[in-house]
Amino acid sequence: MSIAELPVDKTDELKIVKDATCTFCGCVCDDMELTVEGNKITKAKNACVLGKSWFFNHHIEDSPEATIAGQPVPFEEAVEKAADILLAATYPITYGLSDTTSEAQRVAIAITDWIGGTIDTTTSVCHGPSGMAFQGVGEVTCSLGEIKNRADFVLFWGCNPAEGHPRHFTRYSLMPKGQFLPNGRKDRTAVLIDVRKTKTARAMDYYLQLKPRSDFELAWALRGIAAGVEVDPDIEQITGIPLDMLEDLVSKMKEAKFGVIMFGMGLTMTRGKHINTEAVLALARDMNKYTRFAAKPLRGHGNVTGADNIVAWSTGYPFGVNLNRGYPRFNPGEFTTSDTLARGEADAALIIASDPMSNFSNPAREHLSKIPTVVLDPKLSETAKIATVAFTSATYGINTPGTVYRMDDVPIPLRPAFESPYRSDQTILTAIETRIREKQLAAL
Amino acid sequence: MAEEFILIPGRTSKQGTTLNEGKYTDGYLEEISTLQICEQDMQRLGLSDGDQVRMWNEIGEVTVPCKTSKGDELPPGLLFISYGMWSSALMGGDTQGSGMPDSKGLDVFLEPA
Repeated sequence: MSIAELPVDKTDELKIVKDATCTFCGCVCDDMELTVEGNKITKAKNACVLGKSWFFNHHIEDSPEATIAGQPVPFEEAVEKAADILLAATYPITYGLSDTTSEAQRVAIAITDWIGGTIDTTTSVCHGPSGMAFQGVGEVTCSLGEIKNRADFVLFWGCNPAEGHPRHFTRYSLMPKGQFLPNGRKDRTAVLIDVRKTKTARAMDYYLQLKPRSDFELAWALRGIAAGVEVDPDIEQITGIPLDMLEDLVSKMKEAKFGVIMFGMGLTMTRGKHINTEAVLALARDMNKYTRFAAKPLRGHGNVTGADNIVAWSTGYPFGVNLNRGYPRFNPGEFTTSDTLARGEADAALIIASDPMSNFSNPAREHLSKIPTVVLDPKLSETAKIATVAFTSATYGINTPGTVYRMDDVPIPLRPAFESPYRSDQTILTAIETRIREKQLAAL
Repeated sequence: MAEEFILIPGRTSKQGTTLNEGKYTDGYLEEISTLQICEQDMQRLGLSDGDQVRMWNEIGEVTVPCKTSKGDELPPGLLFISYGMWSSALMGGDTQGSGMPDSKGLDVFLEPA
């Protein structure tokens, strides 16, 4: 079936969608007011620069609904082929899921369970190390609402929300007036620790320029200072930051009524990874001896937090979960997609709303291009290009309803702007799951 | 002669907006392929904005245009590039048991192309 034969909303009627949700980044701001003309969003009130580009550039693509080896095929034929590929594999992997609804994520996990595969999400190359650290030292957590209403000390570490999460400052962490912060920004002390003096630094009271790959040492020194341990002044040689500045920072942290550390991939992607994050989480935990303190990861994609939540409440673990033995096994490094691909273990892949052919290492990409793949994506990507079976899907939040999780684990409903001729990820995955079960039951 | 630097791949606002316009648009491809170098390092290496530089490590090699980073955003010895195909080409497959390859703070060599 070609795109022309699919039902399309041809109305040119002007429509206003209030309280719509932007799903571009992990802030998932749910106060959008969208002006929709036919199949196009023409205004996105309250959206940031990233949100506007998200809403204005997701038109109806002129792509076939489904292809096999690049050739357009009817939807049912593509579903049949996808089911065959996944059933024939001995080490199938499911990957992606950070840019789709939680309802679709749930079906993807079910498929992986039926075929005895490995489920992993883009979290493993994002805040996966933070997920490991949570298990190691725990997470002193809070909601973005608590940060807005209570946090008089905000420390950003290894992140750049001014460019990655443009409304984080104005909506939650820096500018808004809160219940216990009647003067907004004036009532807050803001600090950035980073190796680059990014645009985020301009919005801060203090900027500490850290030498690359010394996050762990810095966090450990801060823990020591807080605990009254004498720290060697040579810490400046390692971290680039003088000891007296670190002592001053700890004093400010202790003086806060409610402090929060928000950290990014400067910690998780650098040498040390989960150990870096563990050190920062332990610092936040320690600070609760003196005042109230929390630590939160800044999450990137619109529903990557949902992926963690849904995989966790389905399997007990947040990512990198193998279901081949009939029960879940969690082992980052073994069941994470970078590894299963780079080591050449996976023999088929179901990839939903992500682009590992652009983002993964050379050996991982090389192997992915050799195995049969089923790919769901609203837009053409390097991964969709090499797919054995490719489905063009509707864009979540713009075309489909559902649920996403904000970066503080709060679920938010989606209010779509206009209908797409393409099916949703959830519908496509449910069709594949149904066909897999039919085949499995017929073989009994 | 090649010099050793530390490369930080990361996100930028322009990368985010051009990504939505499409991964095959000129704006996106330009953003993810342009290497940012601080002014002092640009001068020492005799580089001007738009010059091609060769950058490599034990994993791979890329040749990309460079530009001077804004203000004091980068200290000497540090390079920045937006995430994408070029930064991935310098990323190894080993995750040291974490699931996450070393993706920031990469040791690289650089010389004018």
